[in-house]
Amino acid sequence: MTRARNRELLALIPVALLLTAGFAAVFAQDHSKLGNLSLTYGAYFFAVCLATHVYLRIRLPHADPYLFPLMALLTAFGLVMIYRIDEGLARDQANWFVFGLVLFALTIQFLRDYEVLERYRYIIATAGILLLLAPRLPGIGEQVNGAYLGVKIGPISFQPSEFAKLAIVIFLASYLRENREVLIVGARRILGVTLPPIKHFGPMLVVWGASMLLLVFIRDLGTSLMFFAAFLALLYVATGRFSFVVIGMILFLLGSWFIVATVPHVHERVEIWLHPYTEPQGSGYQILQSIFAQADGGLFGKGFGQALITVPGTNNTMLPAAQTDTIYSLIVNELGLFGAAGLIATYLLITARGFKVALLANDGFSKLLATGLTAVFAIQAFVIIGGVTRVIPLTGVTLPFVSYGGSSIVANFVLLALLLLISNRARREAEEGRLPSGRDEPLGAPA
Amino acid sequence: MNRQIIKLFAFIIVLFAVLIGFTSWWSVFDAKGLKASKWNQRPLLEQQQIPRGRILAADGTVIAKSFSKGHGSGKRYIRHYPLGALFGHPIGYSFVQYGQSEFEKYHNAELTGEESEFGAILDQLTGKTQEGEQIVTNLDVHAQEVAMGDLEAAGYGAVVAIEPSTGAVKVLASNPSYNPNSIPKEGTLAKLNKAEVSRPLYNRATQGQYPPGSTFKVVTAAAGLESGVITPETTINAPGTIIDEGHELANDFNQDWGSISLDTALTNSVNTWFGQLGQKVGQDKLFTTMEKFGFNAKPPIDLPEDELSKSGVYDYESGKMLTRNDPVDLARVAIGQERLLATPLQIAMVAAGVANGGKLMKPQIWNRVVNADGSVTKRMNPEVYSEPISAKTAEELTTAMEGVVREGTGTNAAISGVPVAGKTGTAETPGNTACGGGEEENQAWFMGFAPANDPKIAIAASVECTEQFGNDVAAPIFRDVAEAILAGE
Repeated sequence: MTRARNRELLALIPVALLLTAGFAAVFAQDHSKLGNLSLTYGAYFFAVCLATHVYLRIRLPHADPYLFPLMALLTAFGLVMIYRIDEGLARDQANWFVFGLVLFALTIQFLRDYEVLERYRYIIATAGILLLLAPRLPGIGEQVNGAYLGVKIGPISFQPSEFAKLAIVIFLASYLRENREVLIVGARRILGVTLPPIKHFGPMLVVWGASMLLLVFIRDLGTSLMFFAAFLALLYVATGRFSFVVIGMILFLLGSWFIVATVPHVHERVEIWLHPYTEPQGSGYQILQSIFAQADGGLFGKGFGQALITVPGTNNTMLPAAQTDTIYSLIVNELGLFGAAGLIATYLLITARGFKVALLANDGFSKLLATGLTAVFAIQAFVIIGGVTRVIPLTGVTLPFVSYGGSSIVANFVLLALLLLISNRARREAEEGRLPSGRDEPLGAPA
Repeated sequence: MNRQIIKLFAFIIVLFAVLIGFTSWWSVFDAKGLKASKWNQRPLLEQQQIPRGRILAADGTVIAKSFSKGHGSGKRYIRHYPLGALFGHPIGYSFVQYGQSEFEKYHNAELTGEESEFGAILDQLTGKTQEGEQIVTNLDVHAQEVAMGDLEAAGYGAVVAIEPSTGAVKVLASNPSYNPNSIPKEGTLAKLNKAEVSRPLYNRATQGQYPPGSTFKVVTAAAGLESGVITPETTINAPGTIIDEGHELANDFNQDWGSISLDTALTNSVNTWFGQLGQKVGQDKLFTTMEKFGFNAKPPIDLPEDELSKSGVYDYESGKMLTRNDPVDLARVAIGQERLLATPLQIAMVAAGVANGGKLMKPQIWNRVVNADGSVTKRMNPEVYSEPISAKTAEELTTAMEGVVREGTGTNAAISGVPVAGKTGTAETPGNTACGGGEEENQAWFMGFAPANDPKIAIAASVECTEQFGNDVAAPIFRDVAEAILAGE
């Protein structure tokens, strides 16, 4: 529908203005005079967004009008922050942004009938697991801070867990769409607790086992938590059985407790989380600096370019991994509690729009896929922000669209493409349903 | 499934609310505590990026300034002290890696131009960068030079000079000093801290606790006159020795002075006279007068509280301060011995209180704060700390103290053409570990003010570990510093 696309276009204008203002602010800080470079950046960004918008107008006219501008807003925000840290990194990130949009367009082009994904769900699941385990493969695996999250093939290194999350969510959505009825109907009440049927308990245990294995292999509590939480969210939405979630949570807690007790790296992460002051100059340095940086922000922040990332006059890091893990702390430092709350509100708005897509979707797979994609996106934001604010142990997950990193931005644009594809179909069907065309057959599968 | 999706959304709202809650905790509610953490370098590093305000002497001489190093975001300011060791005390130092001390620490907020968050936002909006304000002190460069020069010749010790009518601190010298510019050099701080006897980082004027000896007789006399126990005419028989609490208390050379009044007793520093006066006055009234002069409390000067010592009677074993209800050997307290310890600053405050007609002004080093535009934002307001004695008592004490300098134990403090009021003190400190354990070590004092009829300056000078008496070693310092200040008036 053109009305939806017009709203999208309108929403993109403030995003481009914000980016321009942001670059201008950083530029003014750094160079003490306002060049026209920031305007160039703003115009360039707006042009790329405009091209994407035109493409959406042609290919997905009915899709949700706010998702793309909201994600563009996050990207713009991330670009400004990264530009503020390092101009070169910002250029890379801008290139990844364009590449992400290309992949976004290709996804929309070739996956218009995204149900085909259902047909390949086991291949997709296998690919997802392989992606997750790839960092442990000799020769290509990369270890960062004791966790295995990176893969390096020749000159290209990437974080496969970002793509794996898409694969796993697609698989789970498809699997649960097919088995949700049996899971609900076959459930038994034992000792007052509703348990899933034994036959179908198996696959659940497999997912649990996979998360645990993930924890042992890649040693990253955050990634593991993200996957398992997305699974529980989908299980809950598919079955409506809260008891399944509770059982899942207990299993996860027991499993991770065991692993925390036995795998030294994971144990250390939890120790740092609980007692950061034990080694304030060693292992506790990053989380303490993250919190100190936030303390410096106050309500309104210090302003763009004002935070200390390195000790002035030296290259000693004050805020380790400022462009990735701790970018949120940098945002709190420079934009204050209000700026951070605005960022979280943006994530919440995206989550709201994502769930709206799920609510409108007419078939089970679309509903579960939209729910899963949205949930995994929101949980990822929670895991990393929670990590740097000491809600949970700090792990190496990226802040979607904001953190520096090609894999993250590209994978998340594919995620956005899938959401828009689902949205386009759901809203088109809704539009057509409202037309007085006398069409009386039910719309899609019962939800 | 829609119901579950909405519930899931509600759950995610809760998760995000937790994030905002934690962020608020770190960034706002617990921010103060985090900024104070010793592992948090940020506040110091950020201060390093602000041009810290200069510290000036009363005549405008620069005592401390900052110069910039590096460019762009690596630009930082480093402290420099053009006068070197001269004002090592009481100005102290301020360096990111080594912290701050004394005046630099106490006045940090003004020197860094620290503002409320609202003011900071306003600055951010108007594009103003935070800039420190400069502080003009009451310190007199020439008089401080004279004091340090004399102290270096005499030994370890301290001099404090206060303007009685305002409380303005003109000299606050402690020897040995240190050059604050050397602090950032590798190992300097450790070396300075290791010097256990000379203790150059230790401000003897405000932290040094010494037996005040006979200078304390002024306080005892003040208590006697103020409480009405004696008048200037009252005579007390002063034999060569008296027995007090089972100990013999003797005059110099066991001299028997017969029946004498205050003037003669103070002029000649007669121990048995003041010992008996102390007993007549009683512990309660003596402690009341002491406390009004500032004893038993941290001195009200603009220096960090943890770098100030209280003066009073101490239990050496526990290090606790004794109160008016604890048993003390009163006659010995009355002549400045027993376990009585006082800082040179405290003794200068006694002199200043008497000099100002009984009104003790709050001693203050700073005079005014001047912002970057050159306008005065704050000015020292002379403030009455207490009124320990009446104007009449002050006048009677002044008369007696003039006798000390004119014809008594403190003749070396005399200044030609200017009437001087004062009191010597020589406390024996045998076996003082700070002196290296010598048996004949004295704590020599002189306190007083000049001109006696119109006091412009009240001074306490103290020299530790000397074999000489107050009149030989401390009175000349008093005279030189007083002359330097009066010449500058």
